Amino acid sequence: MGFFQRMMVLDRRIVFVLIAVAVVTPLFIPFRLKMHPTPASRGLYDSVRRLPRGSTVIISGEYDPGTAPEIQPMMIGALKQCFRKGLKVILMGLWPQGPALEEQALQEVFQEREFKEMGLRYGQDYVNLGFKSGGGAVIQSMGTSIPVAFPTDMTGTPLGKLPLMEGVHNLSDVAFVLDFSAGDPGTPAWVMFAHDRFHVPMAAGCTAVSAPMLYPYLQTKQLSGLLGGLKGAADYEWLTKSPGKGMQYLPSQSVAHLVIVIFIILGNIAFFVTKRKGER
Amino acid sequence: MSTDIGVWIAALLTLGILSFLYKDNPFYKVAESIFIGVSAAYWFVYMIYNVIKPNLYENLQAGHWWYAPAGILGVMMLFRLIPKVGWLSRWAIAFMIGTGAGFNFILYLQSNVMKQMRGTLAPLNSLGNVIMIVGVVTGLIYFFFSAEHKGLLGGAAKVGIWFIMVSFGASFGYTVMARVSLLIGRMHFLFSDWLGLLH
Repeated sequence: MGFFQRMMVLDRRIVFVLIAVAVVTPLFIPFRLKMHPTPASRGLYDSVRRLPRGSTVIISGEYDPGTAPEIQPMMIGALKQCFRKGLKVILMGLWPQGPALEEQALQEVFQEREFKEMGLRYGQDYVNLGFKSGGGAVIQSMGTSIPVAFPTDMTGTPLGKLPLMEGVHNLSDVAFVLDFSAGDPGTPAWVMFAHDRFHVPMAAGCTAVSAPMLYPYLQTKQLSGLLGGLKGAADYEWLTKSPGKGMQYLPSQSVAHLVIVIFIILGNIAFFVTKRKGER
Repeated sequence: MSTDIGVWIAALLTLGILSFLYKDNPFYKVAESIFIGVSAAYWFVYMIYNVIKPNLYENLQAGHWWYAPAGILGVMMLFRLIPKVGWLSRWAIAFMIGTGAGFNFILYLQSNVMKQMRGTLAPLNSLGNVIMIVGVVTGLIYFFFSAEHKGLLGGAAKVGIWFIMVSFGASFGYTVMARVSLLIGRMHFLFSDWLGLLH
């Protein structure tokens, strides 16, 4: 049996092993890739960079532990950029697990000396409103009154008792929305209600699976930036000069993609060669 | 190596799930069953405490009686489990579909149709714009079934198929990227949090 005939009946477990090796090896033998942030990633970074100091930003998390490897580095990057910029951050989530993962991201950020020394205080510099079910209806309600949509924060404190929320009554008092979403409800709901209805500028980060669906919003400027999957996360870490898991995982991703591309090319060559031989 | 029992359980369940790649086996079945059971229980409890309690129970307790019809409709959904009165669940479903459609219709039309159409009406002053417009027009022609795809229409439809295939390819590429990312996350967990070989 020739090489190409063997390729045609290759045991799929060999492919799995090679992909596993391709993923694990760069974790142990790391190498740096030259970063070229996409215009979409740069758009999100620049939008936050241009916000005046002291502006209020909503960061919404619609993801779960299953999609955290892609989204959590974005969330951490966003918190770091907002805190460095002196922005007031309102965290929330339309997925139940979102706010808990946001809390984890906060803990990770506060472990760094730079952010510890900032002396950021809950209620003054950031709040976490927690999860609210209802998807688009929640955003619609926030457009009229945030305290009606979220009478209390995640810990049960009424919003009136949080200094950060003093001047924030509805979405018109929010300068920017950053949405990190892995599905529905997520970015499309924020675009429809927060951006298109209440005219709040926004950008988003999403899993790679969702990215093709959200790219049209960039073309129409409904989103000013978009981080797509691990590449978007790594771009953002590079732009914010805070290397993290996004940049750490990217070499593994690249090598795995290379292996997949090689298999696709070899598989196609093998298909046509064996087909031609069969015809003879 | 980790001394945390939670990390050990997560690691062993991860290995159990990954073992399916070799072949179906009892370890995979156990991990799968635990995943389904825990997920169902987690969502059940979460929905009671984060949806039903704050949105319905607390409002009714506060005397907001107009929340009662929503509760009744919710109970009617469960009638689906009783064949004799199963038809009652259709009322609740009809209500959900009706309000959902009414709530989203205008906004969907504005955000996902009108704004996208306006975004497509771009001047033909760059290669990107030309490709976009040709792609949209030929893609729409492919889905135009009122005339036979012959001649000019057939040619345009064929071009449309190519654009659609490229778009499927891009979506598939992104899907592969997403799945590989999840695999990297799991591998990092196994070698870092569990085995302590990575930092």
